[in-house]
Amino acid sequence: MKKIVLLLLSATALVTPSLAFAREVTIETRLINYSGNAAYLAVYLTKADGSYDQTLWLAGQKQRYFGALRGWVKAIANEAQISVDGITGASVGGGQMLQVKADLADSLIDAGYVIHVDTAVEHGGEYADDATIPLTSTGGSAQGTGYVSTLSLSL
Amino acid sequence: MRRIHSFFGLGAFVFISFMAITGALLSLQPAIDAVTSAPSAAGQTVAELAAKVSATLPGVERVTRSASGQVVAYYSDTGARLSAVVDPASGAVIAPYQPSGFFTFLTELHRSLFLGANGHIVSGIAAIAMVVLALSGLLVLVHRMGGWRYLLQPARGTLSQRWHTDLARIGMVALCITALSGAYMSAVNFGFVGDGEATGFSLPVSGSGATPAPIGTLEGLAESSIRDLRELVFPAVGDTSDVFTLTTHQGLGYIDQATGEILKFTANSGLKQLYEAIYMLHTGDGIWWLGLVLGLMALCVPALGVTGVVIWARRRANTPKIRDNVRAPDADTVILVGSEGGSTWGFAETLHRALTEAGRKVHVAAMNDIGPHYAKATRMLVLTATYGEGTAPASAGKFLARVGKLQRTPVEEIAVLGFGDRNFPHFCGFAEDVEAALTAIGARTIVPYTTIDRQSPQDFAAWGRALGQQMHHPVELVHVPRHPKTIGLELIARDDYGIEVQAPTVVLRFAVPRRGLGKFTAGDLVGIVPPGSTLPRFYSLASGSEDGVLEICVRKFTGGLCSEFLHGLEPGQTVEAFIRPNPEFRPSHGSKPVILVGAGAGVAPLVGFVRANHRHRPMHLLLGVRDAQSDFLYGAEMVAAQRDGRLTSLQPVFSRAAGGGYVQDRIRDQADAVRDLIASGAQILVCGSRDMASGVREAIDECLAPLGLSSDDLKQKGRYLEDAY
Repeated sequence: MKKIVLLLLSATALVTPSLAFAREVTIETRLINYSGNAAYLAVYLTKADGSYDQTLWLAGQKQRYFGALRGWVKAIANEAQISVDGITGASVGGGQMLQVKADLADSLIDAGYVIHVDTAVEHGGEYADDATIPLTSTGGSAQGTGYVSTLSLSL
Repeated sequence: MRRIHSFFGLGAFVFISFMAITGALLSLQPAIDAVTSAPSAAGQTVAELAAKVSATLPGVERVTRSASGQVVAYYSDTGARLSAVVDPASGAVIAPYQPSGFFTFLTELHRSLFLGANGHIVSGIAAIAMVVLALSGLLVLVHRMGGWRYLLQPARGTLSQRWHTDLARIGMVALCITALSGAYMSAVNFGFVGDGEATGFSLPVSGSGATPAPIGTLEGLAESSIRDLRELVFPAVGDTSDVFTLTTHQGLGYIDQATGEILKFTANSGLKQLYEAIYMLHTGDGIWWLGLVLGLMALCVPALGVTGVVIWARRRANTPKIRDNVRAPDADTVILVGSEGGSTWGFAETLHRALTEAGRKVHVAAMNDIGPHYAKATRMLVLTATYGEGTAPASAGKFLARVGKLQRTPVEEIAVLGFGDRNFPHFCGFAEDVEAALTAIGARTIVPYTTIDRQSPQDFAAWGRALGQQMHHPVELVHVPRHPKTIGLELIARDDYGIEVQAPTVVLRFAVPRRGLGKFTAGDLVGIVPPGSTLPRFYSLASGSEDGVLEICVRKFTGGLCSEFLHGLEPGQTVEAFIRPNPEFRPSHGSKPVILVGAGAGVAPLVGFVRANHRHRPMHLLLGVRDAQSDFLYGAEMVAAQRDGRLTSLQPVFSRAAGGGYVQDRIRDQADAVRDLIASGAQILVCGSRDMASGVREAIDECLAPLGLSSDDLKQKGRYLEDAY
């Protein structure tokens, strides 16, 4: 069985875009009020052709449960390895909001890239693409379909 | 061992009770699920189920099946993610799936108290403490009962002790299962033990990408029974390379949506199967009835905690700090105390005070602290309780071993006093061993070995007088066992008997005040403090609080302070009194026959038992009377009780009548009948003078000899009770 190893402390394999060509984007994911355990979330970016680009945030403590973030798992299936150094945090409870700030290269914006949010709750739903929003310079917000109430993007 | 038990009990009582109560509530969940789930449609394959669900819910993404058989479908419908409980037989939606917020909340509370990792530590420690408490408690109980053989014999002691023992025996196995499985799950949670799961997660494989076949035809899904299903994830809509992800009881597999081929299957490891079995034991998920039983048993825990704290507090309160205790090297007299519950320390304190007032230098210590020699002490007074099979009490467990190592006695003179309860077959057995061990190494006994039955202050005072003669100065032992506050009781009626036969006996009836006395039943004791005394005298009650009157019988003893006072009492006058429960002496629960044997004033509690026998259980009363005309106490009332069924047989034995005798003679005459009753499980309760009690005991032993039994055997089982004075 092929297993992915999340390199929690390794140096990032991605070349950080230099600040001159990067913009800070803020992605806010607000969850609906639901009773149950806190949700695991994956916030990630796909390219214009739908292929995986990068992971922006993983919420949740235990790696073994990341497999329930099904869209994300499928997206990274072909990656040799990915680094989640500095982009992990606690799971998110019902009614709470997760705010993710990321420096993204200008070249990604308005270039057909899409931000995806997958959610999963123990003894509950596991939703690939719970919410998605295109990465555009105008930002905006989108409705979620499962545990996500709204997903909003501002630059 | 008892210290370990107390330490963990006091330390973790609150947490363990909290875990037990939340756990007990959680145990309802599997049962509720089992009742509310649709029939499991066993025999169906996963392929059939998947086909049915996907027909009714085209947007189905995932189907789960809980251990209790509940099938939930997660599906997408016009942009919304929904979930519903479905009927596995038809695939039809039963209701929207709404996990109980109450149970989710409780589960988290139980697992971590909403404190995250720290909370998990707390619940893990609570589980381990519970294991330690169960095992240490078992060893304490074995010690108390006098050996493994007697583990299931009726519990003795105060109400708290008996509840504590009985609840522990009922809950022991269940609590061990729950606590051990809980501790294991905690250990897994902290990574001390593996659960057979990979630390990471596995990536899905790719399918053939060919045109999907109808779900019902897929071989890989048809091979699994719905019984084994845990979860089935459907391929994403429109993604032909995606696959079915099937999790079963056996493992995890990927199935091609076109060919039905199992592309990959990973079987669960043995470790994971172990974890799942333990999880099932702990939660009852899948075995709802076991969950309910374990949950119910968990409710013993708070009750065990409360009774345990009461026992501990009482023992502590009974262990006094000895004031002016002289250091061992300076003392001329050493008092050693063997105590289990702590009450013997109270007697030691009284003795210490009396000797100190007489000018002695006295050192008090636990028996376990016996020194190999004392610089100045020439005299050792050993006060010891005795336990179960004549075993040593807590503070004397190492005494015999220590004495056994001594070449020579540490002091010249000894006096051993045993405290016990005649209801135990090996009454003061340990005290006898102590005296024998000390004399074996050369000690000389100055006061013959004596026993004190049930903390009698009178017995103790008599021993003090004997000791005083040997020490050439009076030893006034006025021991006042702590007793509750007294309350004034007004005499409302008295009946006199036995004057003509030189056995003046009076039946006294007191009004029961509205409050202050508490509940009491026949066989309990009333402590009466006569004017000008601090020592209460105890009398068995012939009535219960439900009778609305407090009734006792008092035989007059010339020179007896309290009996003379009571015999002089006229209606309207009051006495200072309090109730002392006496749960040791009353008929056991059930419907087995009861043989009541009493004489003189000793009939009082027995009459009370007959009066309260509303359920008409077989009761046989043997009554020792001197003269039918003079002291036949309760004669008329017992005849009436026999008529209305509360009493099965009434057999008065008149000692002054021609051809008369004593109750023990009547027992011998009717040996066959007595034997039959005992063989059928009868319990014997004897109340009266010590002479009568020992006479009855001999007669019963003769009766039982053909059965290979003795009164000791019955005592061990709580079937032979004595209240002798």
